[in-house]
Amino acid sequence: MTHVYETRGSLRVLETAAAWTLGLLWLLPLAYAIWTAFHAGEYSTRFVPTAPLTLANFVTAWHAAPFARYFVNTVLLVTMILAVQLVLVTLAAYAFARFEFPGRGVLFALVLIQLMVMPDVLIVENYRTMGTLGLKDTILAIGLPYMASAFGIFLLRQTFKTVPRELDEAARMEGCSPLQVLWKVYVPLARPVYLAYALVSVSYHWNNFLWPLIITNSVGSRPLTVGLQVFSATDQGIDWSIITAATLLTTAPLLIAFLLFQRQFVQSFMRAGIR
Amino acid sequence: MTRSAQWLYGWLLLLPAMALLALFTHYPAVATLWHSFFSTPKGARPAVFVGLDNYRQLGEDPIFWQALTNNLWFALGTIPASIAIALLMAVWVNGKVAGRGFLRLAYFTPTVLPMIAVANIWLFFYTPEYGLLEQATGALGFGTHNWLGSKSTALACLMVVTVWKEAGFFMIFYLAALQSMSPHLAEAAAIEGASRWHFFRRVTFPLLMPTTLFVLVNAVINAFRLVDHVVVMTRGGPDNATSLLLFYIYEIGFRFWDSAYAAALTMVLLGVLGLAALAQFWFLDRKIHYQ
Repeated sequence: MTHVYETRGSLRVLETAAAWTLGLLWLLPLAYAIWTAFHAGEYSTRFVPTAPLTLANFVTAWHAAPFARYFVNTVLLVTMILAVQLVLVTLAAYAFARFEFPGRGVLFALVLIQLMVMPDVLIVENYRTMGTLGLKDTILAIGLPYMASAFGIFLLRQTFKTVPRELDEAARMEGCSPLQVLWKVYVPLARPVYLAYALVSVSYHWNNFLWPLIITNSVGSRPLTVGLQVFSATDQGIDWSIITAATLLTTAPLLIAFLLFQRQFVQSFMRAGIR
Repeated sequence: MTRSAQWLYGWLLLLPAMALLALFTHYPAVATLWHSFFSTPKGARPAVFVGLDNYRQLGEDPIFWQALTNNLWFALGTIPASIAIALLMAVWVNGKVAGRGFLRLAYFTPTVLPMIAVANIWLFFYTPEYGLLEQATGALGFGTHNWLGSKSTALACLMVVTVWKEAGFFMIFYLAALQSMSPHLAEAAAIEGASRWHFFRRVTFPLLMPTTLFVLVNAVINAFRLVDHVVVMTRGGPDNATSLLLFYIYEIGFRFWDSAYAAALTMVLLGVLGLAALAQFWFLDRKIHYQ
């Protein structure tokens, strides 16, 4: 890392102050939410340091809506999507990286189309399709459009291409079938990329909202994001302490995971972005 | 392996992913175009071919034009701001600023939160009379203002939320690029007597061009793809002042159940995304100098 262009003296103080101001400003909305959620309603806009802390808002929120069920739904959803994605993406990336077959270029272009034309914007037609398949209002229907991920195929293909051909050939000499080679040579070497992709995928689908809002209609299939919206859009209206408590509740697992593994998170997002 | 075995393996490995892509990306894209030439079936009345009627309706629909204009202003307001702030953040946390770890965390945290949760928090922030913003402006002696309820400020409020949410995400990519840059460049430039600003403008920034392009494409897509905050904070109001294109599609398709008109609107959105893709290839060809 370079130090020749590090600022010194008063300019340095100024720069540090600016960086910190921005940082605190960036944390302000979250800090405000945490304050409101942990204090009784009358303190939600009065910032008295001695205000008594309480968990009552969380208890009220938890009992006011079936959040336990929403949690189960979201966990099922992200697990199912990730599991299918990992298999499909690995197979497709292997084909594009190491096999010669007619139509490879065209098929790859067809995959890349999804980077621009994402399921997020094809809501009207996908809703119709789910109706035809009889899958409306199911967790499977939320996940299906996202299971073949162009982003994942692209990312893994790049990784597989960097694997030395010699390793591949050596494994084949020992009598491994193509699928065994994939499992024993390629997959272990791509482990960091898998981790990166998994983190990106889980946080994307934990947070996804519009498509689940459209396709689900009952407590049995709603993920947390939709459940939270249904909860805060109905008659809770004014009670901000309970709404912010519910908001923190639904994001807590991801936020805690992020704080614990922030280095991996940041590195994963970096890795996923470098193409 | 024989050639035909290669072919067979390639196709079979691709089959599951391609089948799902065809069903949920290619088919719906084509079906959208097809259905945009028909009327919406109502009760016993089936869909009939109406040619360009849906597009004619679109041309005369003031709400569509407003949603499109809003979306363009939204893109114009959020993209340069979030990219500039992201770059600034990356330069700061790449240097030796005090509390670097904390700052990285602070900048990046909004990215991991769901937009829907973030929107709830900001909704409270903007609340008339109670919200933090009102309290701050009140303490400074300004009158009250309904930030999300007034046509002149509502869209800007949504832009602030978006910039806040996205800047940290883009920062990560700039940070990765800055860290992979050779320190010898800076040393050489310093020996030549280049100022810090000069070095940034003539060396760092051009070298960051591929990253900027990647971030730009992502930002453009997000500006047209993400409407969660509209659903939570304003529902397109007041008076359609914050209706974005995808939100309008959602309203037409799932509140008024006019799927044919929604298909025509979706074609416009696909057109915008397609233009963004073309621009990307055009730029990749001529403007970017990779190392």
